Parts: sequence; structure tokens; C-alpha cells
Amino acid sequence: MKEIRLHGRGGQGSVTAAEIIAVAAFEDKRFSQAFPAFGVERRGAPVMAFARIADRPIRIRSQVYEPDYIIVQDVTLLDVVDVAGGLKPTGKIIINTDRPKETLKLKTDAEIITIDATKIAMEILGRPIVNTTMLGAFCGASREVGLESLNKAISERFKGELGKKNLLAIKTAYERVS
Amino acid sequence: MSEKTANMKVVEGSYAVAHAVMCCRPDVISAYPITPQTHIVENLSQMVANGELDSEFLTVDSEFSALSVLVGASACGGRSYSSTTSQGLALMYEVLYNVSGMRLPVVMNVANRAMGAPLNIWNDQQDAIGARDVGWIQIYAENVQEAVDATLQAYKIAEDAQIRTPIMVCMDGFILTHVYEPVELLDKEMAREFLPDYQPPAILDPAHPMTFGAFADPSTYTEFRYQQFEAQLKSMEKIELVAREFEETFGRYYGGLLESYFVEDAEIVIITLGSVVGTIKDAIDAMRSEGKKVGLVKVRSYRPFPVQALRKALKNASVIAVVEKDVAIGSEAGLLTDLKAAFYNSNIRTPIIGFAAGLGGRDITVKDISKIVAKAEAARKGIESEFEFLDLRKEIL
Repeated sequence: MKEIRLHGRGGQGSVTAAEIIAVAAFEDKRFSQAFPAFGVERRGAPVMAFARIADRPIRIRSQVYEPDYIIVQDVTLLDVVDVAGGLKPTGKIIINTDRPKETLKLKTDAEIITIDATKIAMEILGRPIVNTTMLGAFCGASREVGLESLNKAISERFKGELGKKNLLAIKTAYERVS
Repeated sequence: MSEKTANMKVVEGSYAVAHAVMCCRPDVISAYPITPQTHIVENLSQMVANGELDSEFLTVDSEFSALSVLVGASACGGRSYSSTTSQGLALMYEVLYNVSGMRLPVVMNVANRAMGAPLNIWNDQQDAIGARDVGWIQIYAENVQEAVDATLQAYKIAEDAQIRTPIMVCMDGFILTHVYEPVELLDKEMAREFLPDYQPPAILDPAHPMTFGAFADPSTYTEFRYQQFEAQLKSMEKIELVAREFEETFGRYYGGLLESYFVEDAEIVIITLGSVVGTIKDAIDAMRSEGKKVGLVKVRSYRPFPVQALRKALKNASVIAVVEKDVAIGSEAGLLTDLKAAFYNSNIRTPIIGFAAGLGGRDITVKDISKIVAKAEAARKGIESEFEFLDLRKEIL
């Protein structure tokens, strides 16, 4: 079983991203689960969401404490949340930032992957909503969900022109980290 | 949920349950939104607005009104549905007794949540366990699929002419209402075949006047309660039967009253309700691989309380650990007390220890289950503590 933790701020679509991971993994013929860290959510506050992917039905209901992958949608969270906490040394953390990873001072032995998802999202979507772009980066860096399945999950969620733009954002991020 | 099927989809628990309710074709839905039940009634309201569901959806000023509306709707012969949680269920309290006392087969999903004060929106089961004696049947779901399936089964049990008892289908708030996981949504036609239209034995009808919920003086009141009591006991057979009928049609079965998991040769048996079952099953698999003989009994039906089934399932255990998300302040906790009572007049003398866990949304992990098992193991040599709060943070007391 692979466990994923997503960090973001309220309004950045972290819960939606976790759901899309679950839908995409299921599309890949695997079992999945996604849920928010149930809090008193409000726009801008730090939030978390979780996803699990496995080859067997998933029964466990506890939160994720030792993730295989961490997705950080907002680099300013590094000052307030231990975003890398519990990350397996064999895992990967994917951070949306334009800063070089050496300057992030993350406490982890795991691989750190940075991507300027805000820039990609601004160029393609015209808005600094990075959740789908970060999913492209997650897909490229982890290969835990297939790109086609991810695209299908995104197309179900975002229709028409918005869907197309999101697919392009995903492709761009996917290629950048691959 | 064990095998993957073509009709499975990854959806939110609340949507899946709302879809199940749609397949039950209620005539009247009346509810007041409250976290974490909100998505269930939002989805239903959307289905009615879209024309997918032909129900009268009444928005009301409170949970008291929501259930009061259903007293009238059900007495008039309408299949009736509501959903609530926590303070909402508490506000319904008076009406809960009226519904069961008038033998109205209302079905309600309870998105289990902690009771205030202190205000807490997170999951535990204090709300429903606190309402264990109001005359409603209570079924607890382990996962979203079970909540879906139990909702359809509930109407079939509740509306049976011999039973005529309302049912709460309990699902852990947030943990099951807000999770996205693979679920096989019910097929509308199969559901219709499984659950035909409601045939009420008697209805409120101006052309044929009749009284429901009338005054009962000391000469008859006891007999009303006795009949309710007997109907709930009788529902045990019906719950099992309907679970088997459901299996024949839909191919899924999780036990009728109970589900046993590695209990046969288990020395230590954990007994619990609701979604924590999944985490405990994973913990048991890990402990079994280390040679520890641990098993689990999942209580699916808490009311009626399956005394005989529990005696049978737990007779070989050498120690029992009850894990529950409620506390009976001034006593112990609901399931623990009920289980001890179930054994007292039997020859089972197994030590029983109890844990209040997961209160107000505190996470229950696999490590927590290991701790409980270690304590249970120690209790075989003598009970040190009959009941305790798991992971109590003594440093902040």
C-alpha cells in the first residue's frame, strides 16, 4: 500500500486533488481511498488531505503518519507546518516553489522534488490554483497513477475548455519532473 | 467490499448513501443540515431538484421539526427518510420515542458525531449510543458499501408487518461520510425488486378515521411497550434473513447481527462497532503474522442487542477487549455494560475490559490496537482496570 499526504491552504483544492488520485488509481484497476484531515476548514488556513493506493481493498481508517509521498501546494506552509514529518526515507516530497531545494531546509532523507507549479498554472490556467498541476508532478515523480488514468479522472471533474487547460497543465508538470 | 466489480465507482460516502436512499424511493424526506451529515441531504435535495428522485423534500427549521414531519408522513402511509447527527439527534429525542411508539418504519442515517459541550464536530458514537433505548433498531456500518447496503436493507426490515420499527443506520461522521472510496452503487431496478413499495397496514385517512399515538392509561401502556420490545427481539431473525436475501440479490454479506473475524481460535477478542473495524482487521492481520491469536467481533446490530449470538461467538475467548467511541458518564460505556449483562446469566466467565477510544475525533491507529491487545493480554492474569480512556493525555489534565 502507498500512502500520500497533501498539504495546502484552504481553497487550494487539496481535498479535490486527493479525490482525483483515488479516482485515477481506481481507473488503473487498483483500490484507493481519499479523505480530508477533518478540520474546521477556512480559506487560507493550513489543511491536509490523504490518499491511499493498494492492490487489495483498503480497510484502514486512521490518518496517514508515515507517507510514501507528500505533496506541498504552498511553500509558505514550510514555515508553519512540519510538512516532511513522518515521510519514509525511501519516499518523495514534491513541493510547489521557485526556490532551489537546497534553500528549503527540509528535515528529511527522502528525495525532494521542486516544481514551479504556480508559474505553470498562471501561464496555462491564468489562476494560481495549482492542485491539478501538482498532480501532474506527482504522477511523473511517483508513477503511482498512470498519466492516462489521471487525465481521465481530470476530464470527469473539469469539463470543456477548463478540462483541456488542466490536462495541459498536468502534461507540462509531468514532463518537467519525468 | 472485497472483490472489484464492473459497477464500482470511487465516490464520496455521503453521495453513495444518498444514492441508496434514492433507490429506496422515499415519498417524503425531511431533514435539517448539520455537519457531517450535510452532504447526504444536499445530494438528496439535488436529486429531487434534478427530477431523478420523485420525493417530497421538506426543508424545516430544526431537527425536531424534521422528524415531526415524518411522524405525519409515515402515519399517512408514506415511506419516510431523514438523516442527522449529534446535537441534531438530541433535538429529535422526544420525537424518536413517538416514531418508535407509533410503530412508524422511518429510516434515518446517523452520521455519528460527538456531543457538545465542549463543541466538537468530529466523529464518535456518543450521539447514537446515547439514544440506544428509544426503541429504534440501530445498525452500524464498517465502510461506505455497508452503509449503502444497510440503508436498503433497513426499509425492508422496518416495514415488515411483524417488525414495524424505525431504524438508524449509523455511519461514522467524516470517516465514512467524507471518504472517497470504491463503492458499488445500487441498481435502481434491483433495489425496486428487493424493496417493493411500502404497504402500510393502517394509515391516517380522513375517509376512514383512525387514531395513531393515542393516550394509553396504566391499563394498556405496559402492553404497548411489551409489543415494541417483542418486535425488536423478533427483528433479530429478520435482520439476518434480510442480510441473506440481500446476498442472494446483490452478492454481498457482512453478517446479519454480528461479523466474526478470526474468532474461532482467538484467545484475545476485540469487540467494537463502526468504521474502526477496518483498522482493527488490518492490525489483526499483522498480529496474526506474528503468531498472536487475536480476533474481532463486529457488532452490526446494537439494537436489538444480539445476546445469544454474542454468547456463541465469544464463548472460546480467554479475554475480551471492548473498544467503543462513547462513554456512559457515571458508569462505563454502552457496549461494555451491555456485553457484561449478556454474559452474567450464562456460564461465560471471560474477563472483559473496556476502552473509550476515538472520542471527539481522536484518531485510532494500528498502534493503538496493539496497545489494547497488550493490555488485554495482561488482563488474563488479573484485571487491573475494568474501563479506561485510551491514550488519555494526563499531561494536560
